[in-house]
Amino acid sequence: MSIEVVNITKSYKNFTALKEVSLHIPEGELVALLGPSGSGKTTLLRLIAGLEQPDTGAILFHGEDNTNRDVRERQVGFVFQHYALFRHMTIFDNIAFGLSVRSRKTRPSKQEIKERVHLLLRLVQLDGLAHRYPSQLSGGQRQRVALARALAVEPKFLLLDEPFGALDTKVRQELRRWLRHLHEKLGLTILFVTHDQEEAMELADQVVVMNEGRVEQVGSPEEIYHLPANPFVYSFLGRVNLFRGRIRDGKVRLGEAEFETEWEHNSGELPAVGYMRPHDVEIALAPGDGHFVQARIQHISPLGPIVRLDLRRLDTDELFEAELSHQRFSELHVEEKSTVFVKLNNLSFYVESPAATTPRPTFLPIQASF
Amino acid sequence: MLFLILPLIAVFMEAFKQGTAVFLSAIMEEETFSAVKLTLLVAAITVPLNVTFGVAAAWAIAKFSFRGKNVLLTLIDLPFAVSPVIAGLIFVLLFGSQGIAYPWLEANDIKIIFAVPGIILATTFVTFPFVARELIPIMEAQGKDEEEAAVSLGASGWKTFLRVTLPNVKWGLLYGVILCNARAMGEFGAVSVVSGHIRGMTNTLPLHVEILYNEYQFAAAFAVATLLAALALVTLIIKSLIEWKTQRESGGEHV
Repeated sequence: MSIEVVNITKSYKNFTALKEVSLHIPEGELVALLGPSGSGKTTLLRLIAGLEQPDTGAILFHGEDNTNRDVRERQVGFVFQHYALFRHMTIFDNIAFGLSVRSRKTRPSKQEIKERVHLLLRLVQLDGLAHRYPSQLSGGQRQRVALARALAVEPKFLLLDEPFGALDTKVRQELRRWLRHLHEKLGLTILFVTHDQEEAMELADQVVVMNEGRVEQVGSPEEIYHLPANPFVYSFLGRVNLFRGRIRDGKVRLGEAEFETEWEHNSGELPAVGYMRPHDVEIALAPGDGHFVQARIQHISPLGPIVRLDLRRLDTDELFEAELSHQRFSELHVEEKSTVFVKLNNLSFYVESPAATTPRPTFLPIQASF
Repeated sequence: MLFLILPLIAVFMEAFKQGTAVFLSAIMEEETFSAVKLTLLVAAITVPLNVTFGVAAAWAIAKFSFRGKNVLLTLIDLPFAVSPVIAGLIFVLLFGSQGIAYPWLEANDIKIIFAVPGIILATTFVTFPFVARELIPIMEAQGKDEEEAAVSLGASGWKTFLRVTLPNVKWGLLYGVILCNARAMGEFGAVSVVSGHIRGMTNTLPLHVEILYNEYQFAAAFAVATLLAALALVTLIIKSLIEWKTQRESGGEHV
């Protein structure tokens, strides 16, 4: 079932959690709501579930208006960050809860409920634990019980709030793979909230990047990483180097380096910021073709397969990072304090547009080349 | 310990000073009997009333946010802040022969002051905070997650309350009920003001003890007092049992 969020605004006493958010989630997709804490992603999830009411705007399920429907009529499966298992009930009763609270007319028979629960327990690979209590399970097991409980009522889609947030790295990775598998098996629309960009990239078909109550960008993991819509998305999705300079007549100067851009506005000199991923920094011992700037290695951090260098530009004194493969690093034979030549590849420039009238500055990304 | 155990021993020693026969006759006396009956009646009405109110108030305060929440909290604490004697006086001022509501009560032939309804009203007022105060912190600590989960699974508000909220606070609730009951049976000040001390009619156990004592019937007074002391002992034992039970259950229970 598809979900449509139309112009939702939600404020609490003294801050606005969501500002005119619109979003379309196609049927059958696994979608991540990604953003830092306080970006409104959990609020959006709760609004879709019906646990909160929007101030303005509408929420549609498969084209049908659900804005004023009560939670219990929306038939959504919601999995809470801390699982919210019923602590005084066994795992069996937890999973059976949604079925056993139905009115007598729609409630399945005891035998049917039992079969259903055991089917779900097998699905989440927890058969044999039916008579345990939540406190006797590990975090990963509790998370799977919470999922089974949500699935028991045959929801139209699943909403997961930071599903793996409270788990250690190894369990988290296992569960990610398992969730991906479950999604393929059930074909259910799944929307999950996360602040971990790696988790979003690894799991999701579509990633919705949120910040300060707005949607910054929607796209496949590929798109948002390689074509970020704005500096926020750029820096939220991975490590980034910033170079400050000025743009004039389409040319950006960053210290000794000059870059041609496709920017055609002719509005005099403006500040421009170049964004660059550390793995795009090319390091050489001698200046080759094109423009190179000189930099000194401040610190070397070997991180297993890659090596991270902290560098200081000799022309502008700016600090930046470079990441290179361990193999390339050993070929270079460099050490701390040595001076190297650096080629800045794949810079994206953002210029604060003078034409912008919105209170927030608009950014115009420009792909640059030497 | 000395201050707790010694008086208790003293009560029992005084009670049996003149032999078991005197003790038994004091307890089996008609007036003692009616005092016990009245005390039980008051508790039987007051406790369920305050349980209902306390659970509802705690639920509203812990699980929802609304205007006037602080006012409600203050109201709950009021009986703790006000001396029981003042509480009793307030009821006398309201319903007594000089009271505001008296003409209407008289016209409808309803007696509150110096009658059982007055005692129940005063006791309810004094024991008002016990259940709510016991439940609010527990409910607040548990948060709303489980209720939200229940509702998202299709449970109605009532079913959520019965199957999720109530079982989660059952030990706290029992604890509150025990304390509320002990106070309802043992309350002296407020009841003393409104009851009128009519023997066999509006005398509760604590009032009866006082009357006997003032009449120099020490052995009888202490004999009746043993009943109240026994109540205190039972209360303390149940209370410790609940504490022991909750401690055992909360070992790693925080889901």
